[in-house]
Amino acid sequence: MAKLSLEELRALRARESARMAKRDIHGKSIHVVVGMGTCGIQAGAKVTLNSIVDEIEAKGLKDVIVTQAPCQGKCDQEPVVEVYSPALGAVAYGKVDARLARQIVDEHIIAGRIIKDHQIDLEA
Amino acid sequence: MGFRNYILVCGGTGCESSKADLIYKTLIEEAAAQGVADQVQVIKTGCFGFCEQGPIVKILPEDSFYVKVRPEDARELISEHVIKGREVTRLLYNKTPKKPLEQVEDIQFYQKQLRVVLRNCGVIDPENIDDYIANDGYVALEKALFEMSGDDIINEMKLSGLRGRGGAGFPTWMKWNFTKQAEGDVKYVVCNADEGDPGAYMDRSTLEGDPHSVLEAMTICGKAIGAHQGFIYIRAEYPLAIHRLEVAMKQAREYGLLGKNILGSGFDYDIEIRLGAGAFVCGEETALLQSIEGHRGMPLPRPPFPASKGLWGKPTVINNVETWANVPVIIARGGAEFAKVGTQDSRGTKVFALTGKVKNSGLVEVPMGTTLREIVFDIGGGIAGGRKFKAVQTGGPSGGVITEENLDTPIDFGGLQRIGSMMGSGGMIVMDDSDCIVDVAKFYLEFTRDESCGKCFPCRIGGKSLYNLLDKITIGNGTEEDLEELKTIAHAMQKGSLCALGQTAPNPVLSTMRYFPEEYEAHIRDKKCPAGKCKKLIRYQIDPSKCIGCTACSRKCPVGAISGELKKPHSINQSACIKCGVCRQTCKFSAITIE
Repeated sequence: MAKLSLEELRALRARESARMAKRDIHGKSIHVVVGMGTCGIQAGAKVTLNSIVDEIEAKGLKDVIVTQAPCQGKCDQEPVVEVYSPALGAVAYGKVDARLARQIVDEHIIAGRIIKDHQIDLEA
Repeated sequence: MGFRNYILVCGGTGCESSKADLIYKTLIEEAAAQGVADQVQVIKTGCFGFCEQGPIVKILPEDSFYVKVRPEDARELISEHVIKGREVTRLLYNKTPKKPLEQVEDIQFYQKQLRVVLRNCGVIDPENIDDYIANDGYVALEKALFEMSGDDIINEMKLSGLRGRGGAGFPTWMKWNFTKQAEGDVKYVVCNADEGDPGAYMDRSTLEGDPHSVLEAMTICGKAIGAHQGFIYIRAEYPLAIHRLEVAMKQAREYGLLGKNILGSGFDYDIEIRLGAGAFVCGEETALLQSIEGHRGMPLPRPPFPASKGLWGKPTVINNVETWANVPVIIARGGAEFAKVGTQDSRGTKVFALTGKVKNSGLVEVPMGTTLREIVFDIGGGIAGGRKFKAVQTGGPSGGVITEENLDTPIDFGGLQRIGSMMGSGGMIVMDDSDCIVDVAKFYLEFTRDESCGKCFPCRIGGKSLYNLLDKITIGNGTEEDLEELKTIAHAMQKGSLCALGQTAPNPVLSTMRYFPEEYEAHIRDKKCPAGKCKKLIRYQIDPSKCIGCTACSRKCPVGAISGELKKPHSINQSACIKCGVCRQTCKFSAITIE
């Protein structure tokens, strides 16, 4: 490794900070939870999860964390994705495939609109 | 595709001794075996602080806090948590799955804590300089090299109000300023990492978890005072801290953050490690400098202070590890910003090693001004085993005990002195009602007696005399005159000793006599040890109304002192009893009592 100049150190820090920021979970206001129970995985939750994470990276969103959760008891609706945000509260979507996953990122998270057609009620 | 999960494994000495390294390796193997190596990054970090619950593994982004993890748990953590998103409930600290958005800070141990010195511990990989740089590492050095003069740096230190964390609390900026103004072409910077107080491991954990913070700080100081060489004096019994320092220094040199012409600024600076052999007196600054020079570690009279005549007679700044770790934060964020935390008397935070009879022992960092009650009861979770709080020893062998009545004193340098103890380097040992206060004083005097370098007689002879008197009291031969004698010798040591070791060695005696006079009296007048600790003063008795004659105790007694027929109350032959206490531990009917 060559010795760094001031500019190179700053460029390295910018790059590494972006890498570390992905690890950081503090101060993020939007939280996406993907159901990864056996039923969810069987219904394609892995594809859903990857689509959401990739879309978030592609759109450069920094205020979102994506976590996994076990089965929520709505096995017929899997894969289930829940989104928590200050603007829209807790909203759950059912049968989320890759296309809907990207739509959730674009419409729900970025545009702030609930996608009513796919919304489900976890309490019911 | 980025990582879905980050697994942080504690790599502090405490957790490593419970196989954290094997857990780390097994997690990597399991991730590969289960086909998710590209989705999960396993990182070994510095100490999380919650040592009581170690080894600790934290998985992000869920922020799941797993405790007491074993290597064989790695498979399940990968298959359940990483692959299926199911938290492994049995390993979670609070045993209940978390709700969305709930974070580790919600664990009571971490509430009331504020991590400045330990900002990177448990967060970054200490063996990866890029992790440190990512978290604003070397920002302060950039500022110091390119935007600030030596006086600017010292002025920022002055604004911060930082006082030395090694124990004495001397204003750090003044040390730097004296050294800067001292005449001489060659000046040195020294890091005192000779942490020796019983139970203290603040400095070790800082070096293990964030070695670059100390390297960066020492380089900034070099720029401020015009020094080009630093030394880190660390005890050889800290192998992991030494290893991490060596790795950090190598990486810093490769990046040009140590060595010639740092970042093209024209400033040259490098650091060397010097290993100490583990003598307590070498934590005293003049003895430490002697040891670096290759001499026997013995203190010198001050003045001259190291700032004017230090290492090889040259002006030298010497600061403790924790003091150094604060410096990059002060320079990067500004002294005034740093000074917002803490009290008028003491700015910033303090790290304590909380140990003894407390439920949550571990490494704790709190703002100055936090009360002892908050540390012991809120963060520490109170006394283990439901026993009664008796006292806390702060300041190690140089400090004193703090009792219930002073638990609400805000902790800062002045506050602790007013109640007869001292800040010290941050050891905090909690005692319950089964600890004998005379025995505690004897323990510390045994330590300082052994660690005295022997150069000046008040310390060499005084320490031994204090120990002998305390020993005499604990075996039941003490007299009222001995109490006066203890005070006389203690005051002579305080006045006549050459260095802080001898001057402060009597503190545990004076402070325990001040707060627990009745316990000394009980040993001397009644020949009783109220805590039931001093063997010569206690008798084990069998309560005939509770003893069912199960013979368990007589079979366990190593000297055959217990006799009795089956199903009939037993008795102890007092002349044969060695008071080991095994019978009392064995008895299931609480029939054996201490008198």
